[in-house]
Amino acid sequence: MIDTCITAYCVINDNKIVINGETYFKDNESQDFNEFIKAAYRFSNINYLKFFKMDRLCKLGFVVADLLIKQTAILEKYDSKNISIVFSNRASSLDTDREHQQSINDRNNYFPSPSVFVYTLPNIVTGEISIRHKIYGENIFFISNQFDEKLLYNYINTLFSSSSTDCCIAGWIDIDKNSYKAIIYIIEKSTNNSKDIIFDTENLKKLYIKN
Amino acid sequence: MEELISKLKGEIIEVLNLEDVQPSDIDAEAPLFGEGLGLDSIDALELIVLLEKNYGLKIEDPKDGKKVFFSVKSMAEYILANKK
Amino acid sequence: MKDVFVISENIITSLGFDTEENVNNIKNYKTGICKLDKSDFWTEPFFVSLINTERLNQEFSNISEGKEYTRFEKLCILSASKALKNTPIDVKSKETIFIISTTKGNIDLLKNSQDFEEDRVYIDKAASIISSFFNNPNTPIVVSNACISGVLAINTAKRLISAGLYKNAVVVGGDIITEFVVSGFQSFKSLSFGPCKPFDVSRDGLSMGEGASTIILSSETKSNIRVLEGASANDANHISGPSKTGEGLYIAIEKSLKNSKIDATEIDYISAHGTATPYNDEMEAIAIGRAGLLNSFVNSYKGYFGHTLGAAGLAESVLAIYSLKNNFLFASLGFENKGVSEDLKVIEKHKEVKLNKILKIASGFGGCNASIIFDKI
Repeated sequence: MIDTCITAYCVINDNKIVINGETYFKDNESQDFNEFIKAAYRFSNINYLKFFKMDRLCKLGFVVADLLIKQTAILEKYDSKNISIVFSNRASSLDTDREHQQSINDRNNYFPSPSVFVYTLPNIVTGEISIRHKIYGENIFFISNQFDEKLLYNYINTLFSSSSTDCCIAGWIDIDKNSYKAIIYIIEKSTNNSKDIIFDTENLKKLYIKN
Repeated sequence: MEELISKLKGEIIEVLNLEDVQPSDIDAEAPLFGEGLGLDSIDALELIVLLEKNYGLKIEDPKDGKKVFFSVKSMAEYILANKK
Repeated sequence: MKDVFVISENIITSLGFDTEENVNNIKNYKTGICKLDKSDFWTEPFFVSLINTERLNQEFSNISEGKEYTRFEKLCILSASKALKNTPIDVKSKETIFIISTTKGNIDLLKNSQDFEEDRVYIDKAASIISSFFNNPNTPIVVSNACISGVLAINTAKRLISAGLYKNAVVVGGDIITEFVVSGFQSFKSLSFGPCKPFDVSRDGLSMGEGASTIILSSETKSNIRVLEGASANDANHISGPSKTGEGLYIAIEKSLKNSKIDATEIDYISAHGTATPYNDEMEAIAIGRAGLLNSFVNSYKGYFGHTLGAAGLAESVLAIYSLKNNFLFASLGFENKGVSEDLKVIEKHKEVKLNKILKIASGFGGCNASIIFDKI
């Protein structure tokens, strides 16, 4: 088996962004997710107008990915065809599904919106990240009742051993009603850096629970 | 006409989520697509919904939209010409 | 790495409740896409391929008693149950995994939850109901990745079995027709004004279809159809518009070929995604051309039973595997005059052709693309 490590991770939860265990951004003022994620976007100096067109799931994943990609410089290190994205969550795109459903509930006020409907698939966030960073690698989106470290670990290992993955952006991005959580890991072939965390189910789970 | 143009600008900014864009930033005669506002094919479809929802006008073939959505002014002209 | 074989399969569409019934109708050039004048799905008439509800309920009553299931669950359970028949697979074993492919699952419950509990609209819940029907002890794996879900699910099963993590996988895909998806595709102006016409010059959009399909893969039970490598890739271009260069699909095909250690010239036939939207089919043609596959025969099954979303990759692979086994290629229904820029060998009439290796491809919203290769041994 190929020796792989978690070389960075980023968590967004409870109006807070944590990168590699350290608080990067905290916002006690924002009243809701939209306000918070916009404040996080501004704080991170991301300049990407399409951000404002995204649904909440995409905004969440987009900010985490942007921070991690900057932090690890993986785009400079790897062929972008060999950077894979493996995401998972519980609520799929239900957050936006409910919005689309609202627009068609009343036949007398029936205006399904293409810019809402396009986000009624969970993997659109993968597309948004790929477009922003020109990443052409493998994609998959899993739905599971809870964070499934075994599935992520097993599947990502098959990616690394298939010779077309050098690096993987992977994790959990969930938004449902009033709760949200994203934890994304960067997994690379071992870099022999002392800060690297061994990529195994135990560490995936530990970081997920701790944050 | 002027009133309609300024109303349309506000509606476009709202439905297309154009953050940090003010109505005065949009030139009524400049092309909506291509450079400038950075609109794409989904925005074009969303403008079709806007015309239907707010003005009761239906565009069945997205290709017809090209002329109508050339600029804010062309949209306003289309609305005035077709509104019942 | 263990070899992985296709050992059983099923398709349920408007054209039939098993592979044979579907194949017989396809052989007669029959389409299941009909005009629906009045429905709860859309405010105006439109073309769609629907599964007969009465027959579904009647067939389902043969395998289940009592407990209530949703339409989506019934379709998936019925399909898996038909595929499992006459296989030696032990579904109660830890070594058998269920992999479910769907884009929207029980999304119809969002409008009206009927008598079902509220969390039934969550896909993980529906998936566990499907695998529990068969008393499978594992948590099912759910792949929900737009229109490539089915191909990705087969590939996921292949990879996990190859790595020795499971011995068997029951890969089930399904999606139902709902007002939710029909209204969305209508807002995209992407539905056709008649049965869809993949790769044709006059194609004007897709036809939606309802379907469920199952493929059972195994490393312990063997067959003469082996699954080679699959791959996926993103266009990194647009969330709803296909890439003008076919970038992602080209990369996915190249990776599949390279990792399977075979040459493009060895691919005898391509089961394309072929949705019949102007942009998708052109994009596929460009990617196929770039990958050096213009000598392979191509078809799309969408003209027979529409775009079945989460079932599409599976149902179309089942038919492609039928072709591979029987050296018999199906015409691409709806195709008359070539309407793409590359010189694709689109199949106009059913024909017998010796086949050894075939490629299945798919593309979807989010800029995603996937491919997988099947090999006859």
